[in-house]
Amino acid sequence: MTVKRMRQLTDSLAGYAMGALAVLVAALVLFIVVALAGRARPLLDIQSPLELLTSSEWHPQQGKFGFLTFIVGTFWVTLLAMALALPPCLLCAIYLAEYAPRRLRGMVKPTIDLLAGIPSVVYGLWGILMVVPFIRDTITPLAAHHLGAIPLLRADNPTGYGILSGGVVLAVMVFPVIISVAEEVIRAVPDGMREAALALGATRWQMVKGVTLRRALPGIIAAVVLGFSRAFGETMAVMMVVGNVPKIPRSLFDPAYPLPALIANNYGEMMSIPMYDSALMAAALVLLLIVLAFTIAARLILLQAVRRAS
Amino acid sequence: MGKHLEERLMLGLMLASLALVTGSLFLILGTVIAKGLPALNLAMLTQVPKGGYYLGKEGGILNAIAGSLAMATGATALSFVLSLGVALYLQLFVRQSSRFAHLVRLSLDVLWGVPSIVYGAFGFTLLLLLKMRASLLGGVIALALLELPIMVRGMEEVMGMVPFGLKEASYALGATRLETSLHVLLRQAAPGVVTVILLAFGRAIGDAASVLFTAGYTDHMPSSPLRPVASLPLAVFFQLGTPLPEVQQRAYAAALVLVVIIMIISLLTRLLARRLSKHVVR
Repeated sequence: MTVKRMRQLTDSLAGYAMGALAVLVAALVLFIVVALAGRARPLLDIQSPLELLTSSEWHPQQGKFGFLTFIVGTFWVTLLAMALALPPCLLCAIYLAEYAPRRLRGMVKPTIDLLAGIPSVVYGLWGILMVVPFIRDTITPLAAHHLGAIPLLRADNPTGYGILSGGVVLAVMVFPVIISVAEEVIRAVPDGMREAALALGATRWQMVKGVTLRRALPGIIAAVVLGFSRAFGETMAVMMVVGNVPKIPRSLFDPAYPLPALIANNYGEMMSIPMYDSALMAAALVLLLIVLAFTIAARLILLQAVRRAS
Repeated sequence: MGKHLEERLMLGLMLASLALVTGSLFLILGTVIAKGLPALNLAMLTQVPKGGYYLGKEGGILNAIAGSLAMATGATALSFVLSLGVALYLQLFVRQSSRFAHLVRLSLDVLWGVPSIVYGAFGFTLLLLLKMRASLLGGVIALALLELPIMVRGMEEVMGMVPFGLKEASYALGATRLETSLHVLLRQAAPGVVTVILLAFGRAIGDAASVLFTAGYTDHMPSSPLRPVASLPLAVFFQLGTPLPEVQQRAYAAALVLVVIIMIISLLTRLLARRLSKHVVR
């Protein structure tokens, strides 16, 4: 009987230990928020959060920390990346889910997985070696020549380092995220609905357009939001090609200074200027909260979509 | 015949997108290989930076290779122990539909989306709290946190595929939940778990933003958990930032080494998954 008691005791002890770990994991996000807020506190005591978010004055030496420039910069790069990535990703996901023969799918999936596994600095290196020169030598002169009248496309940045380069690199980085989630939700559409459309004489694309996509729409939106939140926090690759000039951009060719780049670039001097470390931790907190909002929104949409489908 | 024209057009666009996506992978790999291979030599792989290395004098990136391997290994081991507990708990110790299980899973999804620079900043505040400096241990902690959601969700997925009957059989023989976890669930899911571990390792070894604050950088080999360590991604980043072309060349070589390590991991994943699954009951 004692052996049995021992086994039961071990079992419940292990249960408690693992349960404690699970509680820790469940609370980890909260820990991170509290820890960052704690470090940002000294700054928040003198400057209100609203002021931090809406001021574009960035003069650490004079104790002026406004995040607006950086937040706006992050949105520019991320939105451009999403706009560039979305059409090819959706088409690719549709092809893989609805058209591709099994063997081709088996060949393409590992490629996409590999793309997801490439380290961020390697993307950045590729950006510096290929994307930046291409934009500097080909796109910028072209745009300056033909599109100079459109304010959003005014090309007077001769370096090539800017939002456009950042957007292109970031777009390639979010390919795998959007494609894999979108493909999964498209696949989840019940076959009966497809067959009904085909039986009515629809072509494959008509079926995709009228039935599959309509049905999978919430899931696709979730995939996009997920890709957005992934791209929003991406640091190294963007930082290496985006120029990092703390000025609110006016054109796609201008340099920008995204929030993650701000944090990563200044860790060296953050202990030597008063309040600088607080400001950078506050920046990390702002970044985290924005990303959290998007991630949770995406999860809720997905959950809703699953519930509707079943 | 408008609808058939549309069909053809869309199919063409889809194939073009597919070519764009897969092509970009080969473009990136091609660039890194073309630039990195000429810069790579034996000294790069077997020496640490010597005096004047950053001015183009001799030396190599062995410090970064060793540092990256040490950090990623430590982080993967730490994360594995934590993740295994959580994954087994979610699988066998709570009801699948319980509110707590949902909460933990939502939290893991959210953690999966947390940017690595935020893990770095959080690791930094932890180090300050513990009165430590940037070190191997700091890097291990930050990377372990980064790996945690990948590992737990991955393990849960592969453990979920173990047939229910096997668990029932184990319970029917009088095994406790823990015994069922370790002898049935973990053993059956082993090939998948190995895949998940390698995936997380690959993610950790390539990450730069989270080790920037927490591990620092040094020209020496890793010696103590409390000293700073070098890492390959930061070796790429820092050497690229110098103005000398000779030193930038070495950044290309370091990037190639990093990519080769990632490719080896990816290949290993495929091979192991196939080999290990021989003994699994289906």
